[in-house]
Parts: sequence; C-alpha cells; structure tokens
Amino acid sequence: MSAMTKQEIAEANRRRYEDLRAAGQGAAPKALPAATALDGAPIAPGAVMGEETVPPGWYHTVRLGSGEALRIVDTSGRSSVSVIGWCEKDMSERLNCADTAKIQWSAALSKGRVILTDMGHVFLSLIEDSSGAHDLLVGGSTPASVLAAYGEPARNTRDNFLAAASKLGLGLRDIPPSVTFFAPVSLDAEGCFGWNADRKRAGDFVDLRAEMDLVLVLSNCAHPLDPARPADGGPVTAVRHRAPLPGPDDPCRTMSPEIARAFAFTDRLHA
Amino acid sequence: MPEQNAPIPDPADAVYSHDVPAERPWSRLLKRGQTLRIVDIEGQQAVDALLYGAENPAERYSAQDTLRVQGSAYIGLGTRLISNEGRVMARITADSCGRHDTSAGCCSCESNAVRFGAPARYQNACRENFLLELSRYGLAKRDIVANLNFFMNVPIEPSGDFTVVDGISAPGNHVDVTMEMDVIFVLSNCPQINNPCNGFNPTPVRVHVWDPPAA
Repeated sequence: MSAMTKQEIAEANRRRYEDLRAAGQGAAPKALPAATALDGAPIAPGAVMGEETVPPGWYHTVRLGSGEALRIVDTSGRSSVSVIGWCEKDMSERLNCADTAKIQWSAALSKGRVILTDMGHVFLSLIEDSSGAHDLLVGGSTPASVLAAYGEPARNTRDNFLAAASKLGLGLRDIPPSVTFFAPVSLDAEGCFGWNADRKRAGDFVDLRAEMDLVLVLSNCAHPLDPARPADGGPVTAVRHRAPLPGPDDPCRTMSPEIARAFAFTDRLHA
Repeated sequence: MPEQNAPIPDPADAVYSHDVPAERPWSRLLKRGQTLRIVDIEGQQAVDALLYGAENPAERYSAQDTLRVQGSAYIGLGTRLISNEGRVMARITADSCGRHDTSAGCCSCESNAVRFGAPARYQNACRENFLLELSRYGLAKRDIVANLNFFMNVPIEPSGDFTVVDGISAPGNHVDVTMEMDVIFVLSNCPQINNPCNGFNPTPVRVHVWDPPAA
C-alpha cells in the first residue's frame, strides 16, 4: 500500500472531523435524557453521607471518592453556585471548562453531560439535573465585578476560591475557570451574553457523580450577570451521597464516542 | 466612537521580528507600551496564546474575566485582555481578521486521544509546546489556564452548539496586541491536524514587536 499524501491525510482528517461533528451535534447515537423532575430523584436515606448548608456569599470544600455524588440544591431559586475542583491524586489535574465544551461539541450542560479535566479524564457526571441552565463561559464574581454591580465591596467567588485553595496548600496559580450551576446565561447570534431569570426555580438541583477521587470548592455567590443584589441570595444545600452504580447503558458513560473514550482512559486510573 | 485599527507601523521599524515555524512555540518578555503583531502568513492558522505578569506570574490572563468584562464571547478589535486580578494586561489594537476565540482552550495529547482516537495521543499539541516554553520561566502545568486562540473560529450558537470551524483568516491577516503591563507573552503555533483550526495543514506565522511611538 502506498503512503498517503499530505493532501489525502488532510482530506481523511476532515472527513473524520465532520463525521464526529454530525454524531456529536445532530445524529447523536442517543438523545440526551430529559431534565429530572424536581421530585424525580429522591436520595435513599441510607445513601446520605453528609450534608452542609452554605449561606449566601460563602464557600464549601468537599472531598468525593470515585462513585460518590454531590447533590447541590438551589433551595430558594435565587442562588448560583460556582464550582472548581482538583484530582486528589494530582492537584495539577483539574476541572477544565474549555475541554468540557469542545469535546462535547456544546457549551450547554444538562443531565447526561460530563465535566472533563485537562488530562482527558472524566471529572464529574451530571447524573441528575432539574435545571439545565448552567454557565461554562463567564465564570464567577470577582472583587471588581461586585464593586461595579453594588457600589461597595462584597463577598465574591474569586476570593472564596482563593481562600479555599489556600486552605488546601494551593494558591492563585491553581484556580481554573469555573462552571456555575443555576446560572441561565444565554448567548445571542452576535455572541453577547444575557441572563434568563425565568429559567430559575426554587428547589432546582444537580447530582454530580465523581469519576475519580477529587476535591471540589463550591461558591454560593450571585453570578456576575445576575442583576439581583447579594442580599437577595439564599442558602444552598450540598448533600454527599452514594450514587447508584452506573449500568452498561449509563447515559453519561455512553453519550458519545468521545466520552466513551474519556471514560475508558479514566477507568484506567482505577485499574 | 467605533474602535479604529491602529495605524500600521513599518516592519522595518520593529525592534524584533521572527518567523515561528509551523507547530512550534515562541515567547518573549514584552514591556508596557510595546505592541506585538502576529501575522497569519498563509491564512487559517490558529495561534494559541498565554500572558503572565512579568513582575508576578501568578497574575495571568483570564479568559472568563475577559469575557465577563466585555459582555460577549469573542475576541476582536478593542478587547481588553483581563488578568485574574482584574487588571488590563493588554488590548487588541488592530485586527484584520475579525474573529478570535478564548473559550476552546488548547489542544493536548490527552484531549486529542479522547476526541480523535488513541493514536492521536502521539501527535504534537499546544499543551506540549506550552509546557516546554513555560519551563523557561519557572512555570509549569499548573500555570496553563484557558488561553487565547488567535485566528481560530469557534462560533457558539444560542443552543450552546460549540464548534471549531474553518478559519476566516486570510493570508497576511494580522492582530496587534499592545501591552498595558510588562508581560511574558507565550505562543504555540498550533500543530493540530485533526480539526479545521489550521486548515488541516499547520503553517508558519510571523511576529513583530514595536516600541511605543515617541511622544
């Protein structure tokens, strides 16, 4: 067989790319599951491992073993929760918003999607999600954003992340871009961001299943695009629980060829 | 008043010029007021970029802060590049391409294997370039954050669809970045051959640096 020319390789790579795009965005092998109903996924009482109520403006650090899950509940419907995290075995490996969007061909997180690390591993799976309105692009509040919004200094996500990281022996260098749950950020055709307050409901929740041993930091601060004042925020509840074991048809593990490969590489960490 | 492209300086007046070969990294300490021009010589060539404060490299470019301050998702003329300390590190002062990305990150051996299959692990990637170039400044993997992608076209649809598509950069298109502080400016001339960001064919780019015009 003769070697392919550079042109033939480029054409073959383009065909593969277009096939993957069609599978990832259009003719997906499986449609994403519908959002979880607000009362649709009660946690069995025996599965609960711990619970924390995080007041508005504050943060919470939680360690999850592989297979454990964290339920985050926007009790009042007025909170957004920004999240970063690290792989416990190698804290230089961390949640990566860019690869999460790029590899899934979508910046929209919802039930059945996953959050990836910078090393091609699956970090978290969204095994339940009643909201489907989350932000990967804009990130959390900062000292400058709260000062501009409220005219005075206020607690903010950037300072929360820095304090939480420092308590783990980490620092500013270790803080990656964040994903914010219950943050209905929209994008118009020109790329301008908007906020869809009508997509927030009291009691909305996500269940994040850890796919490796990891450490998460949650910051309960108003999203910078949320026009509400910080005094309007509510508490969020974080419930650590044993997730049901994923079956062979687990929606997250089988979402796409790319994510199936990411899980195969992740499972090797535990082999 | 709409943002105007800065007047085009004469490359003969540049204090530094260099051709970055296809698939290779580049970096340089740039002083406040200096302007870096990146020229996409052959067109459709993505150039990944990271910026660190020269005085304190823990202060670095932040894609999310940049988008939040700007209120929109793409990088172009007039964009202020914001640090994780909320300060302006640099500004886009000229842009003949019109569309640059900062949400899609850089390619890596690991993500290539996930996206395109296991053999793609053993192809050079921007993250490899960044690791080697950053090591010259005592920086490492921890310091790699979400980067800029000059000349890379990643439309994000209202539905959330997020796709690296064919670049709109024509041969000779350029982008100028003027420093607002002393910056370690790091580039990876993207080696990716599995998606359209480089037209499936990585090519060289040219960089020039000018001092600020005399007052």
